[in-house]
Amino acid sequence: MRIHFKTSYEHDIRLFPDWWSFCVYATLIVIAVALPWLMDDFFLGEVTNVLIWAIAGLGLMLLTGQTGQASLGHAAFLALGCYSCIIFMEQGWPFLIAFPAAGILTGVVGTIIAIPAIRLHGIYLAIATIALSILADDIIVLMEPITDGVSGKFAPMINIFGIEIERWTTPDRFYWLVLAVTILCTLAYRNLLRSPLGRAMAAVRDSEVSATAMGVHIARTKAAAFGISCAITGLAGALMGFYAGAFNNETFSIVISITLLMMIVIGGLGSIHGAFFGAVVVAFLPQFLSMTKDLIGGSSVAIPGLETGVFGMILILFILFEPMGIYGRWMKIRIWFELFPFARKDMFKRQKSYLKTERLR
Amino acid sequence: MEVVQLLVSGLANGCVYGLIALGFVLIYKATEQVNFAQGDFMMLGAFVCLGLTNAHYMGLPFWIAAPLAIAIMAVLGYLLDFFVLRHLFGQSQTAVVILTIALGFVIRFVAGVIWSHEPQTLESPLAIGDFNIGGVVLGMADIAVIVVTVLLTYFLYQFFQRTKLGLAMQAASQNQMAAYFMGIPVKRVQGMIWGLSGAVAAVAGILFASKGAIDPNAGLLGIKAFAAAVIGGFGSLPGALMGGLIVGVIEPFASRYFPAGYSQIAPYTLLLFVLVFRPHGLFSQVRVKKV
Repeated sequence: MRIHFKTSYEHDIRLFPDWWSFCVYATLIVIAVALPWLMDDFFLGEVTNVLIWAIAGLGLMLLTGQTGQASLGHAAFLALGCYSCIIFMEQGWPFLIAFPAAGILTGVVGTIIAIPAIRLHGIYLAIATIALSILADDIIVLMEPITDGVSGKFAPMINIFGIEIERWTTPDRFYWLVLAVTILCTLAYRNLLRSPLGRAMAAVRDSEVSATAMGVHIARTKAAAFGISCAITGLAGALMGFYAGAFNNETFSIVISITLLMMIVIGGLGSIHGAFFGAVVVAFLPQFLSMTKDLIGGSSVAIPGLETGVFGMILILFILFEPMGIYGRWMKIRIWFELFPFARKDMFKRQKSYLKTERLR
Repeated sequence: MEVVQLLVSGLANGCVYGLIALGFVLIYKATEQVNFAQGDFMMLGAFVCLGLTNAHYMGLPFWIAAPLAIAIMAVLGYLLDFFVLRHLFGQSQTAVVILTIALGFVIRFVAGVIWSHEPQTLESPLAIGDFNIGGVVLGMADIAVIVVTVLLTYFLYQFFQRTKLGLAMQAASQNQMAAYFMGIPVKRVQGMIWGLSGAVAAVAGILFASKGAIDPNAGLLGIKAFAAAVIGGFGSLPGALMGGLIVGVIEPFASRYFPAGYSQIAPYTLLLFVLVFRPHGLFSQVRVKKV
């Protein structure tokens, strides 16, 4: 068991608590970089998909897990990031400029949308974002001259200093590109958590009243969280567009928004690991289901709604029995071993809270 | 005349939205939880009634099948609270939101497996053709929807204002701990409200299925009803009905007078405007939170 003695604030905010965890993550990155030589193209594509979902999950995690604002409309920002990146590239911008520009544009739009939205809280915010997600679909159709409406768009070839990257012809290069974005986003997220803004976000999540009393500007913090979250989601959306190759107004439907929110709940709200665990579940569930169906000798006819049905079942079980998600379960198992034999049963017992209405006061 | 025709068909549709919205508001009023699966409850209620009534399923007479379906949905609602939602007692609102969305997926899947994804029509005695009153065509089902909705809203409103149980439900939502100290069995009261809202959903479903075909994805109507509930103000029963009527009336007018494509977004644009300028709805009950 490792014990961390923190003797200064610097110790408290170190990126890695000790050498051991630094080595673990370094090994993970080395394996991730070497993956194209270890796997065939099909599985590499699946891993790329996991990483893209993880980036989108990180974006939503910042808003929902870190700041406590549930959004059911992040598919709208995925769409915005995707469309803006590809439209910028069609204007002749190089990928290295178009891609960050798409992220920044999505972030700015997210902040503008946040300004009315931060007056709302809890379910009202969820409802407003649902409306946003539904509107996005129709707005894409209405803006047909730019977005090509229902017929959709095709992702162009990515060109970085003469290196051509495409999902199908060069899956390994596309994977490295996605991996680089993933690492950058994760580092940015991790650093944000150490900054005053990140702490302010956690304070807003835990109690708005006490955060105000401590001098946190609630509205500004929420708007910043919205903006950064949307920017990361926009980047993920752009990558999703390149991954899919072709997309239209229905690619980023409200189901994607809901899946994204469920994904981070299954993974574990409020942790970076959670976004990745959730992404693995979301990306591999369809494959897993079709394999199980083959195994039990079922017919090859697709059952509509099976995926979402099973996904919903898994989610219900998680909320009932492990509200902290996969990462929470992993932490519990790890701490049980680390403390062995001193782990107690009710170490992770949540404090009960009792409801008081916010309608009448 | 055209305006009257649009208005009447809008009102009938709006009443269905209002009925689903009533289910949302009931649960919100009594437990401060939001049931995102209410639309799917409605769909399930319609299918249970359809399964009991239609000739190639059970073939019961409609007037026996409909109360039976309402009772079944009430029991389902109570059991759902008993086995699932009671375990979330003390968790955040967001957990309930996510749970009920997941539940909606599961219900849709189960309904699709049992009754298939083909649209089906309920063999309902309410669907007996149209009246023509001074040039305005009015279906029997439309009249039934409007009458039932208005009556149901009135009775539920009175129930919350007058009866002991209704007041207990309001108390349980305003302060669980205090209500418990006052001798209100908070958990059982919550179970009852879920049962009641299941019954209301079944009524909405039966009326909706009488107006036209129904398939497992009809539950997505819930999102529109949701907009209705918010526009009217969550927590207000007459507000839910008004919101439903507003959304229902806007739709036919928007599709008649706006260019194509703008009509679908009209209800949601209105929703966003209401949320920005009057975040707690037109019939709000909210006071500003003090720090």
